[in-house]
Amino acid sequence: MKINKESLDLLKEIMALEFSMIDLNLYLDTHPRDEKPLMIFEQYSCRLKDMKERYENEYGPLTPDRAGNRQWRWIEEPWPWQIDYEMGGK
Amino acid sequence: MWIYEKKLQYPAWVESCDLRIAKLLFAQYGGPDSELSAGLRYLSQRYNMPIPEAKAVLTDIGTEELAHWEIIATLIYKIIERATLKQLEEASLGAHYVQHGRDLYPHDASGVPWTAAYIQAIEDPIANLHEDMAAEEKARTTYEHLIQSTNDRGVIETLSFLREREVVHFQRFGETLRLVQEHLDRKMYY
Repeated sequence: MKINKESLDLLKEIMALEFSMIDLNLYLDTHPRDEKPLMIFEQYSCRLKDMKERYENEYGPLTPDRAGNRQWRWIEEPWPWQIDYEMGGK
Repeated sequence: MWIYEKKLQYPAWVESCDLRIAKLLFAQYGGPDSELSAGLRYLSQRYNMPIPEAKAVLTDIGTEELAHWEIIATLIYKIIERATLKQLEEASLGAHYVQHGRDLYPHDASGVPWTAAYIQAIEDPIANLHEDMAAEEKARTTYEHLIQSTNDRGVIETLSFLREREVVHFQRFGETLRLVQEHLDRKMYY
C-alpha cells in the first residue's frame, strides 16, 4: 500500500532513529556506566519524542495511547505490514 | 507488559514474487531456530537471572525478537498476498493454502508446526546463556542459507539486517555470560 511521500519519509526517519536507540539500549544493558553512548541515547531520545509528536499530529497514532483525540484513529490503515516502504520493490 | 507500536523495526521489502523463498522463510517464522523460538526462550529465561544486566538483556532481546518475527511475517505476507492458488501449488505452498489460506502460521519450511520442545529454560544462568548464544549462531547460519536461496534484492537486504542482529545479540549474550560468571565467582569468595 502506497502512503504519501512526506509521511513515509518521516516514518522511515523515526524507524531509523528508534532502531539506533534499540541498539544503544542493548549495549547499555551490559555497559551501564559507559557515559558516551548514554549521552547519545539521551540526545536521540529527545529527537525521537519531537519526531513522533510531529508524525502523530499529522498522520495518526503510533501507539493506542495517542489514538483518541475526539476520534478513534487507531483502526486506520495501513498497518505496518501493508506499507510499501518504497525501497525499490513492494 | 507490551504496547504495540504501529511500525516495523526495519522497512521490510520484496522486489519480486519469489514464492519459493516465501516457503523457505517459514524456517524463521516457526522453525527450531526461528524468531518465535528466540523470543519465547529469552522471555521465559529472564525471571531468575542473578544480576540486573541479565534480566535487562533477556527482556530487551526477547522483545526485539518479536519485532523480527513481525518482519519475517511481513516478507512472507508481501510475497504471497497476490499469488494465485496455482502459483502457490507450484511453489509447494498448496498444503499451506489448504490449511491456512494466505495467513501466517508458525510452522517451519517443511510445514512442521512450532513446538515449545525447541526451547529450554532451566534456571541455571550459565546453561541458559550458553543455549542463547548457540541459538543466535544457528539463526545466523539459517539466515545465510536463506540469503543463498534467493535473488530478490529486497529479501536479501531485509535478511542481511536480521543476520546482523544475530551477531550483535551473540555479542551481548557473551558479555552477559561474562558478567554472570564474575558475579558467581565473587559469591564463592565471600
